[in-house]
Amino acid sequence: MSQADSTLEGHATGLAVGPAFSIPTKKLAIWLFIIADTMTFAACLVAYGFLRNGSADWPRPFHNITNVALMTFILLTSSLTMLIGLRAARAGDKAVAFRWTMITAALGILFALLHVREWMGLIHEGMTLFKNPWGNGLFGAAFFSVTGLHLTHVTGGVIALLAVGVRYRAGRYNADDIEVLGLYWHFVDLVWMFVVPLVYLLNLAH
Amino acid sequence: MTIVEASKSGGMGKDLVVYLCLLALAGLQFAIAFQNIDTSQMLVRMLAVAIVEAGLAVLFFMHLWTEKRGFAMFVLVFTIFVLLAMQYGWTDSTRMVVGAPFAK
Repeated sequence: MSQADSTLEGHATGLAVGPAFSIPTKKLAIWLFIIADTMTFAACLVAYGFLRNGSADWPRPFHNITNVALMTFILLTSSLTMLIGLRAARAGDKAVAFRWTMITAALGILFALLHVREWMGLIHEGMTLFKNPWGNGLFGAAFFSVTGLHLTHVTGGVIALLAVGVRYRAGRYNADDIEVLGLYWHFVDLVWMFVVPLVYLLNLAH
Repeated sequence: MTIVEASKSGGMGKDLVVYLCLLALAGLQFAIAFQNIDTSQMLVRMLAVAIVEAGLAVLFFMHLWTEKRGFAMFVLVFTIFVLLAMQYGWTDSTRMVVGAPFAK
């Protein structure tokens, strides 16, 4: 092999091995997904705000904040349990990492159940996609779109937590996979911090 | 996460502190909802709290603080630019409520 060949080969190998931004490819992929998903949620929330700002009779149907406060507490706590699971995975403690990942999934399920209960209550009061007893008929469409998109993410996250957790315990996935999943789960939590004030708290009946 | 990054990110205690801060900030949002102020003022205050919450979550829970600076800048600059770019149409939403025609 000539010197030129070995130099070229070395250069090509260097290009292939070094990931962009010097971070693992999986992590870069989930970050790119998170950035893209941020745009999706932002677009939905801006559209929601646009409708609310443009409506003189925007409904304020929420009398009680207990349910949404509980949901917020559960989702924030699930982020902490996810972190505990990740730390255990980093330390190589598979049993503890699996347990905390499953606890996170359980909290996600609880959040989803409370969310569905909230929806059922509103539907029971007469709210549908395009009409409600309180005011602008578009409130239902806007509310169900924003919260539904978030609930879909929570549901997908719970399924991913269960699948990745089981595979991690079986030795097919490693701590990096738990970290990537954790990034997604924290993002779902982060989005909720914007959904709560815009969709719930600004629409409290005073 | 390397050993250096792990030491930079701190231990479980730091996560717990951030978690408690997030709970407190979430509580603050609920408290703002019961203040006797305009909806626009309420929105600004709640969004300010939400942005602080999001910053804490991104930096410490999602460990952006410990990532390479170039990557962190890429994520923040790109995301913030697009989020700001989405805000251009608010004046039209006000025009809807007063029923004014669009500019000719």
